Amino acid sequence: MARIIVVTSGKGGVGKTTTSASIAIGLAKKGHKTVVIDFDVGLRNLDLIMGCERRVVYDFINVINGEATLNQALIRDKNCNLLYILPASQTRDKDALSQESVGKVLDELKKDFEYIICDSPAGIEKGAQLAMYFADDAFIVTNPEVSSVRDSDRMLGILSSKSRRAEQNEEPIKEYLLLSRYAPNRVKSGDMLSLNDVQGILSLELLGVVPESNSVLNASNAGIPVILDEKSDAGQAYADIVDRYLGENKPHRFIDEKKGLLGILFGSK
Amino acid sequence: MSLLDYFKISEVSSASLARERLQILVAHERSSRNQPSYLPQLQKELLEVIRRHINVEQDAISVHFEQNDIHETLEVNIILPEPQSKRF
Repeated sequence: MARIIVVTSGKGGVGKTTTSASIAIGLAKKGHKTVVIDFDVGLRNLDLIMGCERRVVYDFINVINGEATLNQALIRDKNCNLLYILPASQTRDKDALSQESVGKVLDELKKDFEYIICDSPAGIEKGAQLAMYFADDAFIVTNPEVSSVRDSDRMLGILSSKSRRAEQNEEPIKEYLLLSRYAPNRVKSGDMLSLNDVQGILSLELLGVVPESNSVLNASNAGIPVILDEKSDAGQAYADIVDRYLGENKPHRFIDEKKGLLGILFGSK
Repeated sequence: MSLLDYFKISEVSSASLARERLQILVAHERSSRNQPSYLPQLQKELLEVIRRHINVEQDAISVHFEQNDIHETLEVNIILPEPQSKRF
């Protein structure tokens, strides 16, 4: 039975697309046939993060309008042959999507894929609402910063009232927290909300903490999702997140400060 | 105790400030999120009915909706004008 995951946040720039790309690769590398869909119609970027921007011929809207078949629009990932990308249209606007047409495409994908990842646009407008409407699981990407936490809470309200599962009185969407751009040294010095602070407000099951890392920008520069940079902290964090989502019991990492030589000399404990 | 701690000036950290502001804000937004959508319309109509009989101010009526595990309460609060001393 296929599972639909929405990667959402409300706020922009917190790491939704970075997360979608890495989670998709992680699931596919674990042997699960996965498709990742860009719902950001008019501002597509998943293709760029996945490094397949030059292979886009048809897109999500072409499929919805019957101008292309799903097989024509799906792009096979260059790193992982169990992963496919469905890019958004760059020229149309969000009104090109409707609940009925998105539902149809998802139903067709469900026959063929184990995991369908919906990369939500920022905001709470139509594109974001349709990205989460059919979801079974939601990854709430949150930065340890006031506006991001507030927007995540708003998104949780929408997930619990305006999704298909909510409207049809089914079991609610399973919501997970993914805390990204976390800087343990700044938390320690009192300049950043801690994991506990964020958890205390949102009270979600924690899927993982992704540390603030240079490797994320390097990865998007190159169009190679950061999870493939196995030496990087952020890459490892995403690999852990995929394992935990699949039910493995991995202890959380990247929550505490790494200690350098100065830290050992001057630090406590 | 770290050596550096001796030089730290004790003041409220910006993170704890952020936490407190968020806690208040989020609690407030959650309570209004659960309010039924008919509330503003109800308030408007109640005011119309009351003003047919009593001359009250626009903001003299407030409607609050509260919800806990067992029951929901709708609280309507109307501030009546001062009794007029001269009557005809």
